[in-house]
Amino acid sequence: MVRIAHIHMSGCTGCLISLTDTYEKLLDILGSVELVYALTLADEKTEITETDDKILIERKIPEGIDIALVEGSVCLDDPHAMDDILTTRKNSKIVVALGACAASGGVTRFARGGQMSQPSHASFVPIGDVIKVDLALPGCPPSTESIVKLLTAALEGDMEYLEPFAEIAKYGKDACGCDVIKEVINKSLCMGCGTCAAACQVNAIDMVEGKPNINSEFCIKCGICSAQCPRVRFPEIIRKLE
Amino acid sequence: MNPFGNYKTVISARATDKEILKKAQDGGIVSAAYIYGLESKLLDGVIVANTEDGFNAAPKVATTPEEVLNAAGTKYTVSPNVSVLKDAVREYALEKVGIVGTPCQVQAIRKLIKYPMGFRHTDSKIALVMGIFCMENFSYEGMKAIVEEYAGIRMDDVLKTDIGKGKFWVYSKYGDVKSVKLKDTHMYEQKSCHICTDYTAELADISTGSVGSPDGWSTIFVRTEKGEAYLNKMVEAGVLETKNIEDVQPGLDLVQKLSLQKKEKNEKEIAHRMELGLPVPY
Repeated sequence: MVRIAHIHMSGCTGCLISLTDTYEKLLDILGSVELVYALTLADEKTEITETDDKILIERKIPEGIDIALVEGSVCLDDPHAMDDILTTRKNSKIVVALGACAASGGVTRFARGGQMSQPSHASFVPIGDVIKVDLALPGCPPSTESIVKLLTAALEGDMEYLEPFAEIAKYGKDACGCDVIKEVINKSLCMGCGTCAAACQVNAIDMVEGKPNINSEFCIKCGICSAQCPRVRFPEIIRKLE
Repeated sequence: MNPFGNYKTVISARATDKEILKKAQDGGIVSAAYIYGLESKLLDGVIVANTEDGFNAAPKVATTPEEVLNAAGTKYTVSPNVSVLKDAVREYALEKVGIVGTPCQVQAIRKLIKYPMGFRHTDSKIALVMGIFCMENFSYEGMKAIVEEYAGIRMDDVLKTDIGKGKFWVYSKYGDVKSVKLKDTHMYEQKSCHICTDYTAELADISTGSVGSPDGWSTIFVRTEKGEAYLNKMVEAGVLETKNIEDVQPGLDLVQKLSLQKKEKNEKEIAHRMELGLPVPY
């Protein structure tokens, strides 16, 4: 049994919803995995410490996790979050940055503190700024299909399929719509297929005269446009038809 | 070097419907496949490169045969067809989408099917991927320069454009036919086309293009089981008239020649860019 955990950092739970939205496909996966930690999906694993003056109930991230799916960015100002992410790394074989916030900061890149209920929380970074990340799956949220495909490949040890995600984990932390400008248009690679515009989940890309026009006011720095672009990366595996 | 990619069969064909042939570029294969799909309910919507004002091209989700016919014909300029794929699924609530594209666009479609990171509930709705042969493409302003400045026809007056016999042909609505030598058009090509080594849309379910078949006919590569089943249904329904590719002129040799030409030339360009330290798709 492969032990999978869903770890919740500063995110909106959209990635978890996308994970659960896999319906019957998730059931297939659940047949071969043990969900050891997933708030709202599985029973909380809590540790109760009783002292003379109080009873402390704590959620504990379990040991021996094979695949940790981490949703949300890390709040550097929150000792609890820091503790959780470090424990996750220590206890997991593979850490997957699930979704834009964990992979590249996403919309939390724009947080600047001073808001209730935690006015002191001002600094949010992708988890790769704090720990080593093995695979990063961009998207806000990533599609259910891509989560299932990634998990299935991880369970089967299909490293060829996973390679692009390993690369995004390595280089994708500063993702932004401007990647398409810098890496594709500026490099004379854009041929105008429109994949970036269709992939963008906040409609920040219009196609103007056949080429993407990035509206950086709307961009949430999820990196899905360049991740999905066939001219940045076109893994050989895609060439296999049927 | 494998000139065509994997395929099951290759034939020469044309649509049997006169209306389609009148509007189509060559054999009307894409229009015929789309219209047949919509009428037989194999598809409930299709993505076309629609003809806009000033002979521009823009993607459009079409759900009726009239819309498909209206978009028939090649524009030789960029129509980012993939950009409306998610709209087709979400806004039009389509369950079986047909999509057509140039080889690079077909690659983009295959990538999003394999890695559907930002394409929730989309890839399973793609029912048919059609590809068209393509040597290179022009930006709209580039094509406008060719048509207006070299051929002397206003973009608003263009009825049809075509590339053949070493020339870029422009047909006006008023009956004028002008041609521009292809070598005069090279400077307007998208430079991004020069790193593409796919001529025949090697990853489509069905690829088609005029090269290899007689005037008014098209060459068709059937590449996947899905494509095979679809094409067989079209032939059975009498939508297509077919011939053995061996029995037609100029035949597959010409397709092979052009395909290898594109591959060899653009592989050199890829090597050149790598030498300069510029990125290429990997």
